[in-house]
Amino acid sequence: MYSDKVMDHFANPRNVGVLADADGVGQVGNPVCGDMMTFYIKVKDGRLADVKFQTFGCGAAIAVSSMVSEMAKGKTLDEAMAITNDLVAEELGGLPKNKMHCSNLGADALHEAVKNYRDKQAGRLAPERAAAEDHDHEGCACPYCDSSLEEEDKTFCRACRIEFEECPACGGITKKGEATCLHCGKPLGGKN
Amino acid sequence: MRRVYLDHIAATPLHPEALEAMRPYLGEAYGNPQSLHSAGQEAQAAVEAAREEVASLVAAQPAEIFFTSSGTEANNFAVKGLALGQQARGKHVVVSAIEHSSVLNSVKALERQGFTATLVPVDRAGRVDPADVEKSLTKETVLVSVMTANSEIGTVEPVAAIAAVCKSRGVLFHTDAVAAAGSIPLAVGALGVDALSLAADQFYGPKGAAALFVRKGVRILPLIDGGIQEGGRRGGTENVAGIVGMGRAARLARLEMDGRAAAARPLRDRLLEELPAKIGHVVVTGSRTDRLPHHASFCVEFVEGEGMLLFLDMQGVAASSGSACTSKALKASHVLLAMGLDHATAQGSLVFSLLGTTTGRDVDYLLEVFPPIVERLRGMSPLYTQYLKERGS
Repeated sequence: MYSDKVMDHFANPRNVGVLADADGVGQVGNPVCGDMMTFYIKVKDGRLADVKFQTFGCGAAIAVSSMVSEMAKGKTLDEAMAITNDLVAEELGGLPKNKMHCSNLGADALHEAVKNYRDKQAGRLAPERAAAEDHDHEGCACPYCDSSLEEEDKTFCRACRIEFEECPACGGITKKGEATCLHCGKPLGGKN
Repeated sequence: MRRVYLDHIAATPLHPEALEAMRPYLGEAYGNPQSLHSAGQEAQAAVEAAREEVASLVAAQPAEIFFTSSGTEANNFAVKGLALGQQARGKHVVVSAIEHSSVLNSVKALERQGFTATLVPVDRAGRVDPADVEKSLTKETVLVSVMTANSEIGTVEPVAAIAAVCKSRGVLFHTDAVAAAGSIPLAVGALGVDALSLAADQFYGPKGAAALFVRKGVRILPLIDGGIQEGGRRGGTENVAGIVGMGRAARLARLEMDGRAAAARPLRDRLLEELPAKIGHVVVTGSRTDRLPHHASFCVEFVEGEGMLLFLDMQGVAASSGSACTSKALKASHVLLAMGLDHATAQGSLVFSLLGTTTGRDVDYLLEVFPPIVERLRGMSPLYTQYLKERGS
């Protein structure tokens, strides 16, 4: 299922940890999809002197975080911002298709940490920007057809062309207008 | 390296006696059971002998057993075949929220044909309340399907009580017993069910062999149209070797069930007790009392299931999980969410299901290798760091 490189980074992740005196912190993902990453950076002379991360998630998520931390260390801020999720996946020798969307968030988390640092430098307060946005979405896949949902729109499945409604009890998504939640069976309120 | 297989719910090993029984039908005994010649008649006799054994396992009549290719097919056959067979009376079906995808997606297929469906909720232990089933019945209801036991949480449902409710209202009742059959005693008469699905690979039989019990006189439409095999209700040349293997495995399960359960139960109870005590922040999922004898399931907080499975596999331990990451569709288990667990906790799902050959030393080994795995994953978990911070402040 995973390449040897992914398994190596999963089993022996580099740069795991927390930087108590981090210059920038970035967090993406949420436990709904199963993956959540926090990156900590230390900046010296315009370069990433140290990078640490913590990840809640599957093997791919841990491997991705580890790879990002390795790729980012010693880089300038602009170079770090140029690291993309696709580049990370490529460095890892590829990721299973169904993991590309949910687990491949490492570069995003790093970028958030850099932005956080830059915001702080500029005296702006922009805490947990990405985290707040990401927490709204409900799942990575349509509960009816299993196709993965677009990052920017978790309320609509393009494949089935149906809109979703969030269950107040379990947080799962069900087709709008259904009487009961697909996941927990509890009644759904908004019936119009 | 020690290898400890604790994934009964995914597949059991083929019993050597079942393999021996199958062997001729993969070789020299290749006749088609529908042929009139001796080769065909020998194959037919073998299939019918297997049918008797499978019937005996659930105390049914042989003529009430229809062989299928999988538990999934049996569930499709039951849900679609029974509902469509009754649609002149009504077009509403009732199933529990924690059914297997083969039942839930069959219901969705019915919905596309104009049926409506009600999902009955479960409690924290994953139990269906028969009173909830009763409340969900309407004049239009033609079928109720509630599983006998859930493979992810081990909970055994009050099937007889639900069947009684259905009977009193004249509604057909099917139970998906794939996770239970062969592991706990099931008698279709005492349970009062109209249909019951079972699969050989859950009781040391081969993959590709399963069956649906349908009570005599109950109307069911075929899922696979074809010839006169299985009384015209399931076309296609019989999987003779698989059916023979299922028959032998059913016989062994009937004879050895008590012994297997007696061996597994204390080991299961040790896991349910010791694992949470050893690790901390571990929730036992499913019922403690109404539970499959070989099944121990948990949610380990602050970590995700796939990482645990991969590290366990490196230590030679095979287990399974209902976390989003371990499912191809990357969705958290609908079973755990239906029980009211939050997404983060559901991601830490882990299921250990024991074989008849599992030993106390296997359990010792698991209890030795597993805590460091959790410690390692928690060490890199932002959720755990956050928890420690909140607890500290």
